[in-house]
Amino acid sequence: MTKQTTQAPLGSPAIALPPTSVVTLKINGEERQLHIAPWTTLLDALREYLDLTGTKKGCDHGQCGACTVLVDGRRINSCLTLAVMQEGADITTIEGLGTEQNLHPLQQAFIDHDAFQCGYCTPGQICSAAALLTEGKAKTTAEIRELMSGNVCRCGAYTNIVAAIEEVLTTQKVQRHE
Amino acid sequence: MNSFTYTRATAVDAAVREKSAASSVRFVAGGTNLLDLMKENIERPTRLVDINHLPLKTIDGTPDGGLRLGALATNADTAWHAEVQRRYPLLSQAILAGASPQLRNMATNGGNLLQRTRCYYFYDLTTPCNKREPGSGCSAIGGYNRVCGVLGTSESCIATHPSDMCVALAALDATVQVTGKNGERTVRFADFHRLPEDQPQFDNTLAPDEIVTAIDLPNEDFSQHFSYLKLRDRTSYAFALVSVAAALQLDGTTIRDARLALGGVAHKPWRDAAAEDLLKGQPATEETFRKAATAVVQQAKGYGHNTFKIELAKRAIVRALKQAAEGTQTATDVFLNSNP
Repeated sequence: MTKQTTQAPLGSPAIALPPTSVVTLKINGEERQLHIAPWTTLLDALREYLDLTGTKKGCDHGQCGACTVLVDGRRINSCLTLAVMQEGADITTIEGLGTEQNLHPLQQAFIDHDAFQCGYCTPGQICSAAALLTEGKAKTTAEIRELMSGNVCRCGAYTNIVAAIEEVLTTQKVQRHE
Repeated sequence: MNSFTYTRATAVDAAVREKSAASSVRFVAGGTNLLDLMKENIERPTRLVDINHLPLKTIDGTPDGGLRLGALATNADTAWHAEVQRRYPLLSQAILAGASPQLRNMATNGGNLLQRTRCYYFYDLTTPCNKREPGSGCSAIGGYNRVCGVLGTSESCIATHPSDMCVALAALDATVQVTGKNGERTVRFADFHRLPEDQPQFDNTLAPDEIVTAIDLPNEDFSQHFSYLKLRDRTSYAFALVSVAAALQLDGTTIRDARLALGGVAHKPWRDAAAEDLLKGQPATEETFRKAATAVVQQAKGYGHNTFKIELAKRAIVRALKQAAEGTQTATDVFLNSNP
């Protein structure tokens, strides 16, 4: 198997390739300037150029959801969009959702419910679930399952993932009515 | 992915001009299908024109009382749009039966129409495929063709159109608004996608220098009796083996008007006007539904692994029409496409 190499950053001579361009991305509230080729996906920009490796590359074809991030508050597959297409957008990755000292309620709920085994799909699951909460469409367990169908977990932690999301959903509902 | 240059279009006419400059120029909107195909080396554009900044994102009423869906409105925004849910719940339900929330947030209405088949051989560069490489042959005929079509197929291609949204749009008699170098034109939904015949490389009738700007829904009411029944290998996030968009207008128990379209069975959303005629004026009974279902699959042809789709389609049509007649599907629970 051939090993995939990362596209060299600006400064390295790239033979017969179009020049890289400057792309400014707003990630987790911070503006970041990148020198990248147009074919760099948002996922690769995050992982290979910005060291934001919380976002995972699973299938790289939009089928597994491990690369889920929030763009202007909406969950998307970062593997199926080009970084250059997201200039001007507000991007949130798992690193921007919570910190170790101040976990997002979903992060805490995933720990409390043992909602992962290997953890590879977890950042995508949590980003996806965060959007599910703000979308406000899921109200039942069945609806949570349906609206989390874009995130695959090979360990099969689904039962606990749904329980974790349901707990946060219920808590938020209670808080809203207080 | 191959190397390409990237530009951003800010006006429709400029976008059309850029697109017509070379056959290797592609528009990118949501990117969910195109980028995937580029990663697979099936699409190798030399230039991508980003059309996401064109003013085609709105969903508005039309002068004749219908609804215009902007080509760049996302599938999610369309499915959850209050007017779409209230007046065209069949469309909302079909969209929400497809893909995942993430993909629906990215995918646009125009892009949904233009997505390519998911036939395994179209994706497998090591095998012949007339759609990918005209004249090379069809590997699905005689191959593993479980997901392939049974209606309107040809000797050169048995691929299916993968969209759910388009099945509902076909049933609802939508029209597609298109702008090209020579101006604008309106295309009936039935004429937008095409059958493979001996040119399966063409999925639709859009010219290379044209862009989809909007999809119009007519001022008709199929919001009370409808069903989008999607049958697939798992209950969510999978392409249809067979799907049925059924919509009825009833006078008591008599069918006044009927719409019937199928997905997962043909190179285009398969609307059957003759079967609809068999429903009109008839009592909304299982017997009537069976007659229509039998008519739909009369010309169907199985290719081995996919022959089960013929009986499956027949039964799905009857069930969808029953659901439609009973009015058991509502706009509020549309996204739980759990096939009751």
